[in-house]
Amino acid sequence: MTTATTTTAADRIDERTIVIRVRGDVTAASEGPLMAAYGQAGEKTRSIVLDFSGLDYMNSGGIGLLVTLLVRANRQKQKLLAYGLNEHYKQIFELTRLDEAIGIHDTESAAIEAAKA
Amino acid sequence: MTRDDSNWAKPVKTLQPSDRDGAINENVRGRRLAAANGGFGRLFQKTFSVQVGSTVTPQEVIQVWKTRFGDFWPKGQKMFLPATGIAPGEVGIINASLPGAPTMATGILVIYADDVSFSFMSPEGHPFAGPLTFSAHVDEHGFTVAQAQELTRASDPFWELAMMIPVLGGRMQNDIWRSTLANLARHFGADYATVQSKIVVVDHRRQWRNAKNIWQNAAIRSGLSAPVRLIRRG
Repeated sequence: MTTATTTTAADRIDERTIVIRVRGDVTAASEGPLMAAYGQAGEKTRSIVLDFSGLDYMNSGGIGLLVTLLVRANRQKQKLLAYGLNEHYKQIFELTRLDEAIGIHDTESAAIEAAKA
Repeated sequence: MTRDDSNWAKPVKTLQPSDRDGAINENVRGRRLAAANGGFGRLFQKTFSVQVGSTVTPQEVIQVWKTRFGDFWPKGQKMFLPATGIAPGEVGIINASLPGAPTMATGILVIYADDVSFSFMSPEGHPFAGPLTFSAHVDEHGFTVAQAQELTRASDPFWELAMMIPVLGGRMQNDIWRSTLANLARHFGADYATVQSKIVVVDHRRQWRNAKNIWQNAAIRSGLSAPVRLIRRG
């Protein structure tokens, strides 16, 4: 069986915005940690910012997990944004067209600013 | 350079397949990939799995599956891949038979491949939008399990409706993976292995803004071009 090597932490920026810090590998086995962090968002949260600056590895199962997270966020009328992706992962978001649904930003401050817009 | 750098295809604006002997190469060239969020129907996560044995490794299963992918498909469904088999960035051409309709031409792009998994996405017009992942792992009983998992929506209202028709809907997609996995297990000597299915609706909503995808529907376009192909062949 595959084991998760993902760690996540959720930092609340304000009542409407949280940042989920993703560290390590993102694979299908990361569902538990990622969804647990998302679970801290609460009903009033309008924007989820994913911090990928500590991302080491992602396979297609990880992309599937992000699609599922996107659906859950959309259902709650929450905006999903990301920052900290290196060029390689930006290309993967482009390939899978996730970049059309998740706002990609270079820095945390730019992502939070966009979240509040 | 990241650990998964060589496992992913490079981004492409549109697919550019080369012609393959005997294949109807339509509805792929110039098309963009269809992401799940760009599809129309309900979002399903479908997982099909089968135990293939305890003496074969996940790496061996995936190696065989990659090189002989089309051989394990059920009769009437054809996948034309490059001689090198499945590798990131390769485009496969699909010629699929549908009940009472001309052969449907569509395709896939291999977006990801490593030694225990590989994934496809399809072009706009394909019945389903979203990634499909094929993988193998060892379960808690020590058996190697082969798995096909999709996270997909029907691309347009035509396909959504087709999927709701009893028998036809299941036959169009689910039975392909059940047959494929049974054939794969048989290859490794598991003649009577049972294919397990788990189908979960992840999102019940239909995305009506994407209803216009029907314009690119591969079955309708294949049907319209069938007479032209017949005249050319004649």
